[in-house]
Amino acid sequence: MADEPLVLGIETSCDETGVGVVRGTTLLADAIASSVDEHARFGGVVPEVASRAHLEAMVPTIERALKEAGVSPRDLDGIAVTAGPGLAGALLVGVSAAKAYAYALGKPLYGVNHLASHICVDQLEHGALPEPTMALLVSGGHSSLLLSTDITSDVRPMGATIDDAAGEAFDKIARVLNLGFPGGPVIDRYAREGDPNAIAFPRGLTGPRDPAYDFSFSGLKTAVARWIEAKRAAGEGVPVRDVSASFQEAVVDVLTRKAVRACKDEGVDHLMIGGGVAANSRLRALAQERCEAAGIRLRVPRPKLCTDNGAMVAALGAEMVARGRAASDWDLSADSSLPVTDPHVPGTGHSHDHVHEVSRENLYS
Amino acid sequence: MLLLALDTATPAVTVALHDGSDVIASSSQVDARRHGELLLPAVDRVLAEAGLRLDAVTGIVAGIGPGPYTGLRVGLMTADTFGLALGVPVHGVCTLDGLAYAADLEGPFVVATDARRKEVYWARYADSRTRLTDPAVDRPADIAGQVAGLPAVGAGALLYPDTFPKAHEPEHVSAAALASLAAEKLAAGEELAEPRPLYLRRPDAQVPKNYKVVTPK
Ligand SMILES: [Zn+2]
Repeated sequence: MADEPLVLGIETSCDETGVGVVRGTTLLADAIASSVDEHARFGGVVPEVASRAHLEAMVPTIERALKEAGVSPRDLDGIAVTAGPGLAGALLVGVSAAKAYAYALGKPLYGVNHLASHICVDQLEHGALPEPTMALLVSGGHSSLLLSTDITSDVRPMGATIDDAAGEAFDKIARVLNLGFPGGPVIDRYAREGDPNAIAFPRGLTGPRDPAYDFSFSGLKTAVARWIEAKRAAGEGVPVRDVSASFQEAVVDVLTRKAVRACKDEGVDHLMIGGGVAANSRLRALAQERCEAAGIRLRVPRPKLCTDNGAMVAALGAEMVARGRAASDWDLSADSSLPVTDPHVPGTGHSHDHVHEVSRENLYS
Repeated sequence: MLLLALDTATPAVTVALHDGSDVIASSSQVDARRHGELLLPAVDRVLAEAGLRLDAVTGIVAGIGPGPYTGLRVGLMTADTFGLALGVPVHGVCTLDGLAYAADLEGPFVVATDARRKEVYWARYADSRTRLTDPAVDRPADIAGQVAGLPAVGAGALLYPDTFPKAHEPEHVSAAALASLAAEKLAAGEELAEPRPLYLRRPDAQVPKNYKVVTPK
C-alpha cells in the first residue's frame, strides 16, 4: 500500500479548477473550485472567465487538496495534469502550474488525457479497471464510446457524437425551457415527475444504415425546441415535466442502447460510464437495467467523480507511474485537441531525463 | 538575496536571476505563441547557467502586465506555484515599469506595448523610475494628444509610428530589468505590487458556438 504511487493531479480543461491526491487506486483528496456561477448568466462556459478563475483558484486549491490528503508535497511521486483536450487558455493555466510545481519539488511531470482520466477515475471507486473496459463518456464537452485494454497506453474510439455533446443538448433544452444553466441537474429533477413516453422525440442515428456507435443530438434538440415553440405559438402551456422526461428519455435511450451493443459486439463484459451526464439519475437507472439484462457489469463512479475533477487526473497519473510510463518534458504544451488515442504526452527524453535527474537528486536530498 | 524574475506579458518569454547587486544569468526569447512551452526550460537554463538550484531562490518577481491574457497567465501561474512550492514571497512588477527601467531615460516619455486588436497598453513616465499614469489600454489615435512630442519605447510604440514618431528600443521587456527594478525597490524598503494580473479589459463574455466540444474525431 505504501509502495503505491502518491500523485497529485491538476485539472483545468473547462470551468472547474480541480486538484486531487491519490495513492495508487485510493482517493485521498478531491478539491474543487468551480466558476460555474460566473458562467450561468451567459448560458455556457465563457473561456476567458474560466481561465481567469483558474489562475486565482489554483494555489488555494492545491493547498486544500494537500491538507485534505494529509500528505507533504515532498512525499509525492509525481504531478499529473490535464494536457488536453479542452479549452486552450484554461488548460494552459493548469499545465503552467503543474510544471512549476513538479519542477520546484523535483518530481516527474505527467501530462495526461482528460478523456482517459474520466475512465481511470473509476479505479478510485471500484478498484483496478478490468481489461478491456468499454467506456461511455458523456458530458457537456464529450459524448464518446471508448474501448481500452490498458488505460495508460491503449484507448480506442468506437464512436462519438457527430454534432452536439449530450450535456450540451441538456443545456440548450434547459435554456429553451428557461430553466437556467447548467441544464442537466434541473432537467433530471423535472423529469422525475414527468412521463418519459408523453412525447415521442426522435432517436438520432438509430436507423439500420446509421453508424452503430456514433451519436447525434442536434436533431433531437431542434425537434424538442420546435415542439415547445409550437405549444407556445398555440397559446398553450408547456408541460415542462413531460418535455423534460421525454427529452431525457430520448438521450439516455440512445446512449445506453449503443453502449450495450458495443459491449456485446466486442465481447466486453464491463461498461464504465463517466462524465458529468453520468450523474443523471435516469441514465444510471436505464444503464443498470440494460446491462443486467445483457449480463454486463456496470461501473459508474459517484457523481462527484463523474464531473471534471483533479482526482481523475491523479488516478491516471498514478497508473502512469505504476506502469513505468515516461514522464513529460518541461516544454509540455496544452493541446486543446489532444487525440483520445494519446492517454498521455510522454517526453522525447533528450534534455528532459537529465533535468529530472538533476532535480531529483539535488533538491531535497 | 536571490531573485528569480520572469515576464510573459509581451511576446518575450524572459527570465533572470538577480543576487541583490547584479543580474547573474538571464534568458529572453521572442515567440508570442509559445509562452507555455518556453518558460520552464528557460528557468532551468538560467539556473544551470548560474550553477544554482531553484531552492536557493529567496523571492520570485513576476511581470503582472498589462499584456495579452493567455501569455500573461503563464508567467503569473508559474510564479504563484513556485512561491507555494518553495515557501518564498512572490512580488509583482508592472511590465510597463520594467520597460521604462530598461529604457533608462531622464526626461518624460511613454511606454507602449502591443495590446492587439489595434490597441496599445501604455503609461506615461516622468523618468525611468517614475510612472505618472495608471496603465491603460487605448487605440493609438485616441491618445495621440496625450503622448505628442514624447519619446516612446516598446513594441506598441514601434508599431504605430503615426502616434509615436519618436519610438525607439527597447522593444520588449526583459526580466533582467524587472529583477533590477525589484531589487532596487526591495533594498529601499518599498512595497511591491501583488502578483495579480493587470487585464485592463473585461473578459469577452461570449460563449463560443459549440463551446466545450472536445470530442475526438
Ligand atoms: Zn470532462
